[in-house]
Amino acid sequence: MGVILMKGNEAIGESAIIAGCRHYFGYPITPQNELPAYMAARLPKVGGTFLQAESEVAAINMVYGAAAAGARVMTSSSSPGVSLKMEGISYLAGAELPAVVVNMMRGGPGLGNIAGAQGDYFQAVKGGGHGDYHSIVLAPSTVQELADLTGKAFDLADEYRMVVILLGDGFTGQMSEPITLPKPSGRSFDKSSWSLSGAKGRDPHIIASMRLNPDNALEMLNLKLQAKYRQIEKSETLWESVSVDDAEYLLVGFGLSARICKSAVSVLRKAGVKAGLFRPITLWPFPAGQLAAVSAGKKKVLVVEMNAGQMVQDVRLSVGGAPVDFLGTLGGATPQVDAIVERITGHAG
Amino acid sequence: MSRSTVTGGDAMYVGIFFAGFGGQGIILAGRMVCLAAMGEGKHVSHIPSYGAEMRGGTANCSVVVSDEEIGSPLVPRPDVCVVMNTPSLLKFQPIVKPGGLLIWNESLIHSAPERTDIEILAVRANDIAEAAGSYRSANMVMLGALIKRRPSVASMNAVLAVLNEAVSARHRELNQVNRKALAGGYEAA
Amino acid sequence: MPVDTVQEKVVYERPRSLADVPNHYCPGCGHGIIHKLLAQCIDELGIQESTILVAPVGCSVLAYNYLRVDGCEAAHGRAPAVATGLKRVHPDTTVISYQGDGDLLAIGTAETIHAANRGEKITVIFVNNAIYGMTGGQMAPTSLQAQKTKTSPYGRNPADVGFPIRACELLNTLQAPVFIERCAVSSVKTILKAKRAIMKGLRNQVEGKGYSFIEILSMCPTGWGMEPREAVSWMEAEMVPVFPLGNLRDR
Repeated sequence: MGVILMKGNEAIGESAIIAGCRHYFGYPITPQNELPAYMAARLPKVGGTFLQAESEVAAINMVYGAAAAGARVMTSSSSPGVSLKMEGISYLAGAELPAVVVNMMRGGPGLGNIAGAQGDYFQAVKGGGHGDYHSIVLAPSTVQELADLTGKAFDLADEYRMVVILLGDGFTGQMSEPITLPKPSGRSFDKSSWSLSGAKGRDPHIIASMRLNPDNALEMLNLKLQAKYRQIEKSETLWESVSVDDAEYLLVGFGLSARICKSAVSVLRKAGVKAGLFRPITLWPFPAGQLAAVSAGKKKVLVVEMNAGQMVQDVRLSVGGAPVDFLGTLGGATPQVDAIVERITGHAG
Repeated sequence: MSRSTVTGGDAMYVGIFFAGFGGQGIILAGRMVCLAAMGEGKHVSHIPSYGAEMRGGTANCSVVVSDEEIGSPLVPRPDVCVVMNTPSLLKFQPIVKPGGLLIWNESLIHSAPERTDIEILAVRANDIAEAAGSYRSANMVMLGALIKRRPSVASMNAVLAVLNEAVSARHRELNQVNRKALAGGYEAA
Repeated sequence: MPVDTVQEKVVYERPRSLADVPNHYCPGCGHGIIHKLLAQCIDELGIQESTILVAPVGCSVLAYNYLRVDGCEAAHGRAPAVATGLKRVHPDTTVISYQGDGDLLAIGTAETIHAANRGEKITVIFVNNAIYGMTGGQMAPTSLQAQKTKTSPYGRNPADVGFPIRACELLNTLQAPVFIERCAVSSVKTILKAKRAIMKGLRNQVEGKGYSFIEILSMCPTGWGMEPREAVSWMEAEMVPVFPLGNLRDR
């Protein structure tokens, strides 16, 4: 098919279908409406199911049911809607069910606005719902990466039987860029040992997160989850680094703010300032070790986010010696290249 | 996992901002620039205004065309700004980068831009479009003017080549007029 | 060779679909009866190997331990949404959403109404005992006027918290459902009727007909603060007039 110009939200939809997703449940909210619209048009043509749920809460629980039934399933929303889904995400974590949840973040708190923002880092990365759990959080920064990470998200969800959050923002979802649609990964996951399909010729399967029985059953479940999370921290971190080797100044950002940082690196380099960029692609697991190594010996680390300072906390925990500074924009405002340059050089670029 | 370097060389980079009424084909003009530039092997990005903003009657979009991978897709200080109505001129004239280009629709805007540190081009877009066959092709007139003044963005051939792909099927009968309007804008610049 | 042989004739046995384990329900609780009816119907329809039971939050949260079919826990009120997800993936299975009154008519009202309105091809078993049992006897959306509970200690006052909600009548305003019936498990007669309704509700699904809703009035002696026998009488005298038994729809 070659290179096509595609909108971010639609690229997620087509990539999900390529990855074998045939079930989508969602509820309308801007700025991600192109994704459900895309699924509504496409899924019936590939034998799939699109269902507009009565609420975000119902949608995530339909996802839970479809995941329990062994299907590759997805829902999408934007910040206020994802808050509503948090109950279901905790249940998915407790029942160890695989699902992909897309959050194209907008400005908050409350109803906020519909501009792109990054204020849900804490919610996605630190839990959001109740109980000790993690979701794998992927933070794409281009439409191509939205497409590529969608397939990756389904594979990770199935491999670890957990929720994978694709954490984008309104701008990235609305943006069109040339992309090459991904190919299916070819990986397959046998879910027949646990999924629900009717207990034909086998003992019944039960999908549940409640553990009331004795012998510390809930503690055992939690220990198992934590062991899984430690394994993921070891093997699934993703990141990108740009011009870091000789850099004296290191910018750190994710998603859209990382792209803006990339432009700032270019401007700084032109001005003879040795700057580089470290971009976590997995926000959980956070590439702490890699950032520690990359940031060693730098004069300054500047974290740029479209929020009041969320990922910067993980950066501070990761960086050894270098001083960590923060530049944030609020309420759907986007960081300006000039402001980043000025923060590094002390004067406008 | 992924490592790369940014050289900071002098690559071609043009940030373009289109603004006007909803219905003037602002988003389409931006998409056509992207498709045409893509066809010539360039990197592009396109972000429309969306949501509640769209309902208010104004529409705008940001387009970047570059030789290199695009960092920020946002265009807070455009190199080229195309405004098709008065509110857009008032709102966006100040953000054009010094030395940049402002193309304004003289058919609908009755007071000329005042800045002296930028290149200013008046185009009677609606009149030229009417002469080509329909006022609805005014966006194409502006696009023709844009690529004349900034040929590095895309060639006329590249733009003509993407007309059928860019324009939705129900408006495709207008493409004959669109071709004339593109040429009219090109001439007028 | 024996002089005479004893003929054994089985007149009753535990349904295959009902697990042979002690349950956790209180003496006089209706859930045990309803579980058995469900198991009998599943056996008689021969669908044990193609049934998925969605258990709610509430006293019947462990229902999947008692019915020998694939089981799925749902968050409070979300059973119809979970059942929707299951059924849309496996349209050939029989999906049962088993819910109590708080689950179905309070926290899960939206899921209840919309699954019914979509005509989701599932069977909903609604156990109405007019109280929150598991959490210790709080007021339910179906608690009766003047009924005393932990959270209506002076009696349910309609001027303050409204009247009991009638689920069958509410759902009967929708076009999609194919079967709506209210039953009870207070006597042999009503129990047999309830079984017939459950059977119909499940058969509708096996035949791919559509959404079936069976409300079953059930006793909660513990929550009501009564002896089991007294609870049966109270249900018949007080609940049935507010929630009249009978079929509202059978297409």
